[in-house]
Amino acid sequence: MEKRVIFKGWWLPALLVAPQLIISFLFFFYPSGQALWNSLFLPDPFGLKTEFVGLDNFKFLLTDPYYLESFKTTIFFSTAVSFFSMAIGLYLAALADRLIKGAGVYQTLLIWPYAIAPAIAGVLWLFLFNGNIGLVSYYLKGLGYEWNHTLNGDEAMFLVILASTWGRISYNFLFFLAGLQAIPKSVIEAAAIDGASFWKRFFTIVIPLLSPITFFLLVVNIVYAFFDTFGVIHTITSGGPEQSTTILVYKVFSDGFVSQDLGSSAAQSVILLLVVGVLTVVQFKYIERKVHY
Amino acid sequence: MSEIKLENLKKSFGKTEVIHDLSIDVKDGELIVIVGPSGCGKSTLLRMVAGLEDANQGNILIDGKKVNELEPMERNIAMVFQNYALYPHMTVFDNMAYGLKIAKIPKEEINSRVQKAADILELGQLLERKPNQLSGGQRQRVAMGRAIVRNPVAFLFDEPLSNLDAKLRVQMRLEIKKLQTQLKTTSLYVTHDQVEAMTLADRMIVMNQGNVEHIGTPLEVYTKPKTLFTAQFIGSPAMNILSGDCQKGQISLSNGTTLKTNSNHSGKVNVGLRPEDFIMDDNGLIKLKVELVELIGANTLIHGKLENSNEVLVASIAGVISEDKVGKNINLAFKDDKLHLFNANTDLRIN
Repeated sequence: MEKRVIFKGWWLPALLVAPQLIISFLFFFYPSGQALWNSLFLPDPFGLKTEFVGLDNFKFLLTDPYYLESFKTTIFFSTAVSFFSMAIGLYLAALADRLIKGAGVYQTLLIWPYAIAPAIAGVLWLFLFNGNIGLVSYYLKGLGYEWNHTLNGDEAMFLVILASTWGRISYNFLFFLAGLQAIPKSVIEAAAIDGASFWKRFFTIVIPLLSPITFFLLVVNIVYAFFDTFGVIHTITSGGPEQSTTILVYKVFSDGFVSQDLGSSAAQSVILLLVVGVLTVVQFKYIERKVHY
Repeated sequence: MSEIKLENLKKSFGKTEVIHDLSIDVKDGELIVIVGPSGCGKSTLLRMVAGLEDANQGNILIDGKKVNELEPMERNIAMVFQNYALYPHMTVFDNMAYGLKIAKIPKEEINSRVQKAADILELGQLLERKPNQLSGGQRQRVAMGRAIVRNPVAFLFDEPLSNLDAKLRVQMRLEIKKLQTQLKTTSLYVTHDQVEAMTLADRMIVMNQGNVEHIGTPLEVYTKPKTLFTAQFIGSPAMNILSGDCQKGQISLSNGTTLKTNSNHSGKVNVGLRPEDFIMDDNGLIKLKVELVELIGANTLIHGKLENSNEVLVASIAGVISEDKVGKNINLAFKDDKLHLFNANTDLRIN
């Protein structure tokens, strides 16, 4: 039974919800409002005064080829990161689920990367692939491949996807493992008796039964790829070379704080906010309907 | 149609041996019930036949062919699980058709087979539902349907009724019996419920701690239990066991009473007497000090202790017995052929 507490006055409940409200206001509503407000102004090059320009910032952005290119980069990047981190996480979880001996050690080792901050993960991979001192680039050179992600945009993209995916696998692994362990063993056994091979069972029984968790992870991973990969990109490529790894959130940063174009940066934040909002609503409305059983 | 033969089967988990050298012959079309207390190895035995557990030693033969090394799917058996193990994301139809689709059976035949099974099990109206929209009994029937559509060589039932409520259990028990007689498919049925075992079985296997205690028809097991364990496990209320000493056809009980027997065994024995075999008779040999009287409808249970002894005894007497017997002594008689005699050292039946 649900327990409902009836308060006599209004001040105690108000006090109890106040911390949450204050935090939401300070760190969400106030900055969003600021972004929305600033997106309507254009500051002069010295930041001494601002001029009201209406929706010109947005108009400019939506016709700016660099901005549209960044959109494409973001979509490619977040799809790749979500897909690979989930696929690898699921694969490792499926293996861990079959383990009897040493499962604890294996699981703990797989969870470790999650404890590493994205920026540090970025630096680690940067060292491995560094053109002068990197181990991986050294071996690649031995194989006759000249690795230089500071010049080659595709290589840079590969590297940031690799680093972001690596940091994310642990998280997905944990959720998938919990999901796999929640599937009753007898259902899998029944399928085995029904004649389904391991892979047949995996695709027709296990994956459908994991769909609620997969859906949840999809949303969380896309949001991660949109925002939390900033540290990785900043440390490894700083958005380069030639904008090839500048995802939307990185462009907000570089236009606003590096180029000091606060109006455009604010407008980009607003667009990003809308995109994520729409994405989440669409996901919950349309995809969630299909995962219920 | 097929025979299942188990030869000298052994199974251990780590160092614990859970099945010790077990051999069973299941005839074609027979329904064998494996019954025993929890942890006696009965489910493990079933899972070995299904191929879900490996046997450490011994042979499993289906139709004379050794199947030890075969995967579950290659054995062509069907299993009904205690928790039904339906595929929660599939409709009733798809649940039943799953195995057939994997076997690449043509669509029309799948439809007709599922339809036929649904008719037998009265699931016709439910084919489009998902398992979570079904009641326990309906889920159980879907699980049965999934087993019969595949025309397997054998059915394996792993406590299929224990998740149902008492009334439904009786009903499903009858349905399973009817279905099995109709289809004549060799079946192994595991349960811890002795009523299920007695009513369903053509023959039953009583297991205890990985050993077979008795294989026989329900009547044999009830009237002539081979071991002390079987005697106490089958029958409710359980058989009374009194210790005694047998010499020259005479058994002396702990309170000095002597009973006659046609056995010429000499040594310590356990005397088994079923509560329902007693009748009240002033000339009866067994003297009982009544401690409690329970009326359970058609019968009355009289609990007490053997006079001048600490051994407890229960008698189930037809009709109503008044409660003022409590604290008094009564005499109980029984027919000589209802006396079960077990060797106190080996627990094996003597007479």
